[in-house]
Amino acid sequence: MPAPTQLFFPLIRNCELSRIYGTACYCHHKHLCCSSPYIPSSRLRYTPHPAYATFCRPKENWWQYTQGRRYSSTPQKFYLTPPQVNSILKANEYSFKVPEFDGKNVSSVLGFDSNQLPANAPIEDRRSAATCLQTRGMLLGVFDGHAGCACSQAVSERLFYYIAVSLLPHETLLEIENAVESGRALLPILQWHKHPNDYFSKEASKLYFNSLRTYWQELIDLNTGESTDIDVKEALINAFKRLDNDISLEAQVGDPNSFLNYLVLRVAFSGATACVAHVDGVDLHVANTGDSRAMLGVQEEDGSWSAVTLSNDHNAQNERELERLKLEHPKNEAKSVVKQDRLLGLLMPFRAFGDVKFKWSIDLQKRVIESGPDQLNDNEYTKFIPPNYHTPPYLTAEPEVTYHRLRPQDKFLVLATDGLWETMHRQDVVRIVGEYLTGMHHQQPIAVGGYKVTLGQMHGLLTERRAKMSSVFEDQNAATHLIRHAVGNNEFGAVDHERLSKMLSLPEELARMYRDDITIIVVQFNSHVVGAYQNQE
Amino acid sequence: MFSRLLLIVRRQRTSPGWQNWSSARRSASAAEAHSVALPTQAQVVICGGGIMGTSVAYHLSKMGWKDIVLLEQGRLAAGSTRFCAGILSTARHLTIEQKMADYSNKLYSQLEQETGIQTGYIRTGSISLAQTQDRLISLKRINSRLNVIGIPSEIISPKKVAELHPFLNVHDLVGAMHVPEDAVVSSADVALALASAASQNGVQIYDRTSVLHVMVKKAQVTGVETDKGQIECQYFVNCAGQWAYELGLSNEEPVSIPLHACEHFYLLTRPLETPLQSNTPTIVDADGRIYIRNWQGGILSGGFEKNPKPIFTEGKNQLEIQNLQEDWDHFEPLLSSLLRRMPELETLEIIKLVNCPETFTPDMRCIMGESPTVQGYFVLAGMNSAGLSFGGGAGKYLAEWMVYGYPSENVWELDLKRFGALQSSRTFLRHRVMEVMPLMYDLKVPRWDFQTGRQLRTSPLYDRLDAQGARWMEKHGFERPKYFVPPDKDLLALEQSKTFYKPDWFEIVESEVKCCKEAVCVIDMSSFTKFEITSTGDQALEMLQYLFSNDLDVPVGHIVHTGMLNEGGGYENDCSIARLSKRSFFMISPTDQQVHCWAWLKKHMPEDSNLLLEDVSWKYTALNLIGPRAVDVLSELSYAPMTPDHFPSLFCKEMSVGYANGIRVMSMTHTGEPGFMLYIPIEYALHVYNEVMSVGQKYGIRNAGYYALRSLRIEKFFAFWGQDLNTLTTPLECGRESRVKLEKGMDFIGRDALLQQKQNGVYKRLTMFILDDHDTDLDLWPWWGEPIYRNGQYVGKTTSSAYSYTLERHVCLGFVHNFSEDTGEEQVVTADFINRGEYEIDIAGHRFQAKAKLYPVTSLFTHKRRKDDVELSDLHGK
Repeated sequence: MPAPTQLFFPLIRNCELSRIYGTACYCHHKHLCCSSPYIPSSRLRYTPHPAYATFCRPKENWWQYTQGRRYSSTPQKFYLTPPQVNSILKANEYSFKVPEFDGKNVSSVLGFDSNQLPANAPIEDRRSAATCLQTRGMLLGVFDGHAGCACSQAVSERLFYYIAVSLLPHETLLEIENAVESGRALLPILQWHKHPNDYFSKEASKLYFNSLRTYWQELIDLNTGESTDIDVKEALINAFKRLDNDISLEAQVGDPNSFLNYLVLRVAFSGATACVAHVDGVDLHVANTGDSRAMLGVQEEDGSWSAVTLSNDHNAQNERELERLKLEHPKNEAKSVVKQDRLLGLLMPFRAFGDVKFKWSIDLQKRVIESGPDQLNDNEYTKFIPPNYHTPPYLTAEPEVTYHRLRPQDKFLVLATDGLWETMHRQDVVRIVGEYLTGMHHQQPIAVGGYKVTLGQMHGLLTERRAKMSSVFEDQNAATHLIRHAVGNNEFGAVDHERLSKMLSLPEELARMYRDDITIIVVQFNSHVVGAYQNQE
Repeated sequence: MFSRLLLIVRRQRTSPGWQNWSSARRSASAAEAHSVALPTQAQVVICGGGIMGTSVAYHLSKMGWKDIVLLEQGRLAAGSTRFCAGILSTARHLTIEQKMADYSNKLYSQLEQETGIQTGYIRTGSISLAQTQDRLISLKRINSRLNVIGIPSEIISPKKVAELHPFLNVHDLVGAMHVPEDAVVSSADVALALASAASQNGVQIYDRTSVLHVMVKKAQVTGVETDKGQIECQYFVNCAGQWAYELGLSNEEPVSIPLHACEHFYLLTRPLETPLQSNTPTIVDADGRIYIRNWQGGILSGGFEKNPKPIFTEGKNQLEIQNLQEDWDHFEPLLSSLLRRMPELETLEIIKLVNCPETFTPDMRCIMGESPTVQGYFVLAGMNSAGLSFGGGAGKYLAEWMVYGYPSENVWELDLKRFGALQSSRTFLRHRVMEVMPLMYDLKVPRWDFQTGRQLRTSPLYDRLDAQGARWMEKHGFERPKYFVPPDKDLLALEQSKTFYKPDWFEIVESEVKCCKEAVCVIDMSSFTKFEITSTGDQALEMLQYLFSNDLDVPVGHIVHTGMLNEGGGYENDCSIARLSKRSFFMISPTDQQVHCWAWLKKHMPEDSNLLLEDVSWKYTALNLIGPRAVDVLSELSYAPMTPDHFPSLFCKEMSVGYANGIRVMSMTHTGEPGFMLYIPIEYALHVYNEVMSVGQKYGIRNAGYYALRSLRIEKFFAFWGQDLNTLTTPLECGRESRVKLEKGMDFIGRDALLQQKQNGVYKRLTMFILDDHDTDLDLWPWWGEPIYRNGQYVGKTTSSAYSYTLERHVCLGFVHNFSEDTGEEQVVTADFINRGEYEIDIAGHRFQAKAKLYPVTSLFTHKRRKDDVELSDLHGK
């Protein structure tokens, strides 16, 4: 089946993409017998006419993919064995257990599981997790990139430093600044918990550091010396805004190093949403920009699970966001600012990092592009100015911060990009994770103590418990378990191996047709510690 | 003191069973309100009031030692003894274990009569089930051995099993072994009975007294520090069960007692509708990993699961034993197995799941004997959940050991000194016992190697050899190559190569042996224990002359094979000693002699600062070049003539090999084949090995392993210390008169015994047997411990065996006794007696004809032996 498509590929030009793709998609559909393929709607359209809209990717990448395709997969590969499926699902999984006795304080966080499953190639989602070393608390975040991964990558590397710095007391900032000034060793600020695939850019590290240093220098200067209490909510908002501002500025200023120059431009012209949680004792703050989501798993007294949403999506489904946008722009733009549920008819999330096309004035955009490197000039997408672009900025990175005080019944928090929420209802997500975690850890030991139990009854009970355990034991990671369900669930809500295998064996460039990148972090709370906090007061 | 004991006992009798034990404890503690002061002095202090401690006290007091104090941190017969399942089984793999269990059985059966304390002893018999043919073979082997030491047992059919036990599902069985005299007994009551008998004999017993540490001066026990004061003593016995390891470490000079506890579960049920009869036999279903006995009309069933839970790794007092949790999920596989075996029990009501930690040792054998570092410090612990079965016998042997200096049986297999410092790591113990506990019920096949705690001690050549296909075995923590798998050959997985028949490496070892015979092979034998003894004057020679039976006053450069004998003339060690100079000697002993030999030498060495004993095992890598072309390889590498004229047999020279200087070259190979041992300072090891291999190429050199060595050695009738030779066998009993110089001009240990034996004749004789009608491909292979029959009469057991590729027959070594037909008494064994018999070897119940030989079958060997090549180093088991 793929053979004819392959023949066509070299002939394709951008404008024909969607038509060809439509065919390809259809063919695969038939071949795969998937009952309801996920027809994607990329969060950013770039061809104005909706009928042709599907794709946006830098041109050169695109060529690589079509070329690579010729030598790659054959239809026979569609059936993966369970171990193959597992190795795909587990390739990016990561778990971190907070040490029980870290010497300082008992953490309210037991640990977290995270994982991601690419649909784009390369994946545009990013994730980060770190422990604050100079203040208390742990930071966890998921970042969903669009128009490439440059912005989400940069945000995943930098945002936590901005947050950590915003949280630091004045004296610590001074100490750090003095250390930099005199060339002494710096106090470590963050302890990262990274999967080997989560990389940091070495080249840009110096540049990023300088921007960060300017930030804390300003914080030092601004300090009036009176307020010692740092408001986490304010710190989060400042950090988000400041980082976005720095991204924008770095792109305007440019860099003498041509690689870096191109990098900062790619970061600025691509975009990313962010959903970040800060946990310190029983204080849980969630800062969200865009349409990723934070969901709290609450176990009710009867043992059932319910979901509490801790973030609001910033998209067309959110009335308040629509309202905000309309208020921020003149009345005559009321119809054009959101069209077909997209910002200016193009962008799905209404808040994001980067995306200077929606933030800079037309003049600024043109000036930067013209003075920029050739690669940027050749890129059709960057040159394209959104329609009805009258009163920029249309987009902001300012997060909405939610505060939640943890209770003993709050067992876990799921942070995930929209790739998950599009395929699963939040109630199902919480139930699946909840049952997974309790099956694994909280299956209460049986005690006979005083009851009349026969050997046969006990045997039946134990066999049942073991069966439950073994299905859970396939995954050692709650995030992996969730992805398995998200991708492989059939209409009855059970994992269907055949479906899972088909979904995972989609060729790279087709995967995006059926699903989006999925990134998940599941943070588990220590109910005993949370309960103890409560009792202290 | 004694009245209090009786109180406990009485209470228990009125309220039998575990459930009511707590009430007894309460009243017991009430009676203790007035505490009795400890004595300040005693001959022996025993720590631990479980079955081991009380058994040692009982036997010591029976043997006439009266000044004994027994201390127990909690109450008597608590700990594992209290929770023990109470099964006494003689179906053991080692003969010494069978004997201990048999003695215990006889002791317990008359204990009630002796002390008046009810022990609940009931002779129920036991049935060990076999679900597979391999298991049946294993049972048949045990059966053969039980019969020859006089314990009745028989292999029975599944149908017979169903007749003996009412509820068993026998459809999946291929057979079983019935031991009718096995019993069940309450272990706590046995311990109390032993304590009461000991107490009547004068032993003072104090409970609720903890031993803090043992006081030691000049490597000798001087006393015990307890939480209630000090007691001066000569002997200390550590019977602290699972705490024995901790207690050993609490000393200023720690005593390493390698054992570790695992949780162990068993189930108690209410009585059946028609209560199970109290004489219903105990069932051991090893393939199902469970045991089942009758208990108060219901059943008691536990097992040894595949995934044990080690406990107390960090030490004592994390949890009280009483508070351990029941873990039903963990018990599920065993419960399934139980219901498969007895489906009718489904409706039986559960009382509880008991969690009683059991102690395991790194090699599944218990630990007894004296500490190698502290004199007077004895240990009896690590029972691998057979404490009740071994209690009586083990206590007796230890008491004999203390009173007479030697137990009446050879207990090397159980001796504390078989372990070294390497086994005292907590991590090692934790990992190893996780392997050992499932092994309790795993099939025990020949040549089994432990998988955990490996790659600890290795030669510098380990990686090189491993890359060339070496398969490894471990001795005393040291990795040794078994054989080398050729690159094109693919061996079966380890699991599949478990067999009682011809193993899959047969052809591989054959080609290695052939290469040793025709060309040259190199074997890495670095694991040997190597000591250097030097002195400023003649002290070294004098000491060695006194300790060893052969004459060591030989010219410099000569090597002497000699035994290190005890007073009874038995082998404490069997070694080769090279005289490096007038005043220094290089001593090579088996690998597992490292601790034992060192302790023996230290014990007998005079306090003399001019006499230096050094353990240099780690300093040298040993390469054994075996084969007729070894001469060529070595002379090419050293530019020195290596022919017998220049380098006679049993000679030692320091020379250069390749670029490396100072290599100790010895003309012996431990196999009787021509060749050389190279003792190489470790930094040169890789260089010398590379040189030997590259030069050796044109002579057809190849790597070989210990299996080839073993085959070569046994076909030449070389006995192994630790297997064939032990502390109860003398040189005269194994045809080694030539290694004893009774008239060397001075006395040596064991001389008197040997003189007397020479006059009176020997009562057993090591003999080589060549199996005649044995089909190597189809018949079961001999291993060791097979009974030997002479003219249909049992005369002894084999001690080791190997396939001889030269003779194309199996060769077994074993001792032949001469039991009087009327009285069963041992009589003198003469060469004539050996030669005039028709022999059979019993392998798992099948008897094979065998030819007995007192000397190696030289005529069959192709190569000519030089006259002076009486090279009989028997450093094996190393």
